Amino acid sequence: MALAPIWLGMAGLWVLLGVAGVAVFVLARANPEKDYTELASRTRTWVWIILALTSVMAMGDKAAIIFIGFISFLAFKEYLTLVPNRAADRRVFFWAYIAIPIQFWWVYAGYYGFFTIFIPVYVFTFIAFRLLLTGRTDGFIRAAGTLQWGLILTVYNLSHLGFLFVLPLSQSTQAGGAGLFFYVVFLTQFNDVAQYIWGKLFGRHKIIPLVSPGKTWEGFLGGLVTTVALSIVLAGLFTPFDVYFAAASGALIGVLGFVGDITVSAIKRDLGVKDSGRFLPGHGGILDRLDSLTFTAPLFFHFVRYFYG
Amino acid sequence: MDKVYRLLQIIFFAAIVRPIILIVLGLRIDGRENLPKSGPAVLIANHNSHLDTLVLMSIYPLRKLHRMRPVSAADYFLRTPLKRWFSTNIIRVIPMIRPSKTKPKSGRENPFEPIFEAIGDGDIVIFFPEGSRGAPEQLTAFHNGIARIAQHHPDVPIVPIFMHGLGKALPKGDFVLVPFFCDIIIGEALTGVGRDRQEFMSAIEEEIAKLTHGRYFASWD
Repeated sequence: MALAPIWLGMAGLWVLLGVAGVAVFVLARANPEKDYTELASRTRTWVWIILALTSVMAMGDKAAIIFIGFISFLAFKEYLTLVPNRAADRRVFFWAYIAIPIQFWWVYAGYYGFFTIFIPVYVFTFIAFRLLLTGRTDGFIRAAGTLQWGLILTVYNLSHLGFLFVLPLSQSTQAGGAGLFFYVVFLTQFNDVAQYIWGKLFGRHKIIPLVSPGKTWEGFLGGLVTTVALSIVLAGLFTPFDVYFAAASGALIGVLGFVGDITVSAIKRDLGVKDSGRFLPGHGGILDRLDSLTFTAPLFFHFVRYFYG
Repeated sequence: MDKVYRLLQIIFFAAIVRPIILIVLGLRIDGRENLPKSGPAVLIANHNSHLDTLVLMSIYPLRKLHRMRPVSAADYFLRTPLKRWFSTNIIRVIPMIRPSKTKPKSGRENPFEPIFEAIGDGDIVIFFPEGSRGAPEQLTAFHNGIARIAQHHPDVPIVPIFMHGLGKALPKGDFVLVPFFCDIIIGEALTGVGRDRQEFMSAIEEEIAKLTHGRYFASWD
């Protein structure tokens, strides 16, 4: 019996990781004068991430939704730890946390109507109301804005990854929702790496120096083209896309991944920090890893739903 | 320590305290190598939350738990029978009679005597030199009680620790836990050798300032 596509994908991840591990080892051996600790710890963290993904995939779609909910919780907690807050709003934060299991309950139950409006409409209204009860008006707009923005970024946007598992499709695929999840997550992370490598090799013209001085047009475009190419190659295995839609989804991921990346960079620059946290050794915080995904996830989801839902 | 209580203590920490502290909150520990592996030692930290004691007890392995002795105000922790039972047998506090909270009586035992005793037994004592929890995420001046301990046991390592975030997660007077990542920064041990009280206090202040230097903590006002 042939291996299910999702397991082919996971096996591919482990092979890639093995190659990366060997490459880091060889590099460190060949250049003993250079410091590869960060690269090594980054690779080690990838082992944990891929191990977690593999276990969750083995446990099935429902487990995956719960897992994404937990990641969302960690990301929101990191966000809330990072941004300046008013002490008076502590109880409001408590309610914001309560929104996470509720949002993922809509996902789990496949309740699309509430899934799309719960945070933008109901939580929005409730937060404004609850903030009023604190009686503090100085910094009100900052408090309301910061909280709502964080909930959209880390909870609402990421929950779209979960809804991929329960979204009914007009053309069924062997890989199902798990395949779409794998496709968007892998391509988003791949795009990050591809943009980085293209930038390192050929980067000359800065694209947005005030926000992210390392980003170049060469890196962005090179990564984009590579991601589009890979999206076409992988589409047959994981998605119902034909070649044009695959290319379009790849372009979507390449562009929005870039925007998500520099958006989180802008937040960090605003606050004067290098990393969003330290949850992932060698990478920084959770948001440092999920930055691109917070933007690609909802837009990829709606792309799928509009054309194949 | 009674075997039954030791088991209860391990269960309480393994099943309740650690999951809350490590999963609901999440610790970011720096300078773990500065933590003495075994007693006698004194850990001193800023104090913002009931969680402070539980966090410091949780960063040690469960098998060392019974050697951890947090110093707590007797007037607070021994107030009700339940609190008294729990803090005596499960947390194993060293109850301290705060001089400011009671009228001085002649001939009373030195309030530091039980602390000296625990150090003499080789325990790891947890001590909050601010005296009480104070306003969330604000450091108040250290009382010089810690210098008295350093004078009495000059060669015992006294480890300064700075904690941030626990006062946001569970401040004084609140019972709703709100998750935040919390920073625990452990400094290098100091001793009382060759320092008088004044010198010891300024050495500690300097060390704590070093621990927070150049770090970003989100504002909380």
